[in-house]
Amino acid sequence: MGLDIRWPIGLMFTFIGVLLSFYGAVRRDASISQAGGSDININLIWGGVLLIFGVLMLVGAMRGGGKNSEDGK
Amino acid sequence: MQPIHLAWVDYTILLAYVAFVLGIGFALTRYMKSSSDFLITGRSIPTWVTGLAFISANLGALELVGMAASGAKYGIATAHFYWVGAIPAMIFLAVFMMPFYYGSKARSVPEYLLMRFNKPVMGLNAFAFAIMTLFASGISMNALAKLLNQLLGWNYHFALFICSGVVLVYVLKGGLTSAIYTEVLQFFMIVLGFAPVVYLGLKDVGGWGAMTNTLHSVAQNPAALDLNSKSFGPDAWTSAWKPLLGGPANNPMGVDVFAIVFGLGFVLSFGYWCTNFLVVQRAMAAKNMTAARNTPIVAAIPKMLFPALVIVPGMIAVALTAMPDKHYRIPPPIIAPEAYTQAVAAVQNANPADPAAAVKAVSDALGKKVNADKITALVAANAANKLSDDQIKEGIYNSVAEYDYDSVIFSLVKKYCPPGLLGLALTALLASFMSGMAGNVTAFNTVWTYNLYQAFFVPNKSDAHYFRMGKFITVVGIGLSIACAYFARQYNNAMDIIQLVFGFVNAPVFATFLLGMFWARATGIGAFLGLFGGIVGSTLFHAVTIAHGNPPGIKGGYLCVLHEFPSEMAQNFWLASFAFTTCFVLTLLISLATGRTKTDEQLKGLVYSLTPKTVDHNQPLWQRPPVAGVALLIACVILNLIFW
Repeated sequence: MGLDIRWPIGLMFTFIGVLLSFYGAVRRDASISQAGGSDININLIWGGVLLIFGVLMLVGAMRGGGKNSEDGK
Repeated sequence: MQPIHLAWVDYTILLAYVAFVLGIGFALTRYMKSSSDFLITGRSIPTWVTGLAFISANLGALELVGMAASGAKYGIATAHFYWVGAIPAMIFLAVFMMPFYYGSKARSVPEYLLMRFNKPVMGLNAFAFAIMTLFASGISMNALAKLLNQLLGWNYHFALFICSGVVLVYVLKGGLTSAIYTEVLQFFMIVLGFAPVVYLGLKDVGGWGAMTNTLHSVAQNPAALDLNSKSFGPDAWTSAWKPLLGGPANNPMGVDVFAIVFGLGFVLSFGYWCTNFLVVQRAMAAKNMTAARNTPIVAAIPKMLFPALVIVPGMIAVALTAMPDKHYRIPPPIIAPEAYTQAVAAVQNANPADPAAAVKAVSDALGKKVNADKITALVAANAANKLSDDQIKEGIYNSVAEYDYDSVIFSLVKKYCPPGLLGLALTALLASFMSGMAGNVTAFNTVWTYNLYQAFFVPNKSDAHYFRMGKFITVVGIGLSIACAYFARQYNNAMDIIQLVFGFVNAPVFATFLLGMFWARATGIGAFLGLFGGIVGSTLFHAVTIAHGNPPGIKGGYLCVLHEFPSEMAQNFWLASFAFTTCFVLTLLISLATGRTKTDEQLKGLVYSLTPKTVDHNQPLWQRPPVAGVALLIACVILNLIFW
């Protein structure tokens, strides 16, 4: 089928990654998860991880030429 | 659990996910031109997509909710469902069975039975499978609606219908391809949504070592936490095999090695992974034979690692419950506010000199077992310093001596996730349930359209007719799944009910496939009567056995109780073993007593001994299914040894 699934995956995680990182940056107090006695801005950290993942997916989709690899349909 | 309020960021993530899955469905609409496109993707999907879809189709409510629940009840032994109960069967499917499924050009697993045996065998399997998918879909939807009700305070019925509607739209638009693509999206959502919850949980309990030390203490006196009335060795929650070797009385699962290895590891496992069209359908959608054979291999890699994501949360929950300074307990069953009000009144009116009466009064008000020591202490505390209603209610909540294990994962999400991550984890949960529902509905609509409707009721119509039927039955399938969801509300552990359903359907049918694929002498009459006998046998077995603590009724023993098993898990495993053996023996004996109706030439491509072996010489070594399969088995053995 002529839709490379890496496009929607990449777009979605890029969007969520940006959103989480932004929220973690501007709402630090609300983004803290207290686990093990230490404060972790989990939104900022994990938002960054999702952003990287999303971008990698988009790069893969662009290199794949817009269709699923090895599929000409 | 009190409902939580989502922030705008949480709703945005949720809505973004819904928009993307609907968008995938709409984007694929223009490719849906025939029943083949809609129901079986036209065999066009690459390996990595079918591989992740293969595992994601299985990654529904069963995994995230059920495995966390089982992780809390049984500890790391739950990993047997992966390292014994999945990986070997997936490799067997890839190496030995996919050449027949894919090479025969069957459009479904039941259709293979038509080619190998005859229409009655196909019809029986198709009918039983259709029933099973509806139940499995219903379990997913019930868990989803329960999640939204408990976590967000949404009305159960509203949540059920809204989420069903989303699945209905994207499956109607893009068919099986839409379901497969969204399953891949959902796979990443689940992994990336849940990994931080597991990380934060482990950090909170002090790391893996601290958690196992705590679980060692719990295992020797689980009654202190109302987890289990028996005591076990210290490694009961942290070792996968040693507690089993000591027999059913020495592990919380209440099973022995034979039940695990034969009942789960062979019958249920191979019966599910090798014959369940829900997952096999994803492999059959692959673009060529090599891709089809590699699909289960690709899927087995993340499958091996999933215990870290789905079972460890249950173990974390138990460790947290045993640490008073964490102020956490595995949630009790949902109790109506009115019952809590009555229980509060019972505590306020209790006589501290008669604690037994107070305990009974509170238990009667709640309709649940309570911890007598905690109620006695609460009554005394209230008598000494008049407590507020909220303080008494909290004390009562913490004294309920029953657990709603299905709520474990929900409670950890609520505990660790701030706004933002909460929306991500919630969406990951939503994704898992929706993929379970979509997967079952797409398997159901294919089996109904081709193997029941076309084969038995309305043959020889145009493809456009079956295309329309495929869409129509998708709507009907969602409706029937909703009905099954209401039925599934009666059980408190989704794992147990799905294992029971699999035992009725999958266990006997695996014997049929095993003999059909590897024994040319198996006949159609033998296969039909064997399969029928296996299903009847499992029904009878269920009717005369019960698990300890269950009253006769829907959970078994409704004819009479001939045997009582230590646990429902043990009952399910033995039921599956009995069903498989019954089907196998009946098929064998009746086949020997009846004549073959198909020649060797007709069975070429359908039976192992009559089919040229698939050649992998042109593939790199690591891409050959047998080589990759052996490597994965070795890795699986290593994992079993690590958690011995």
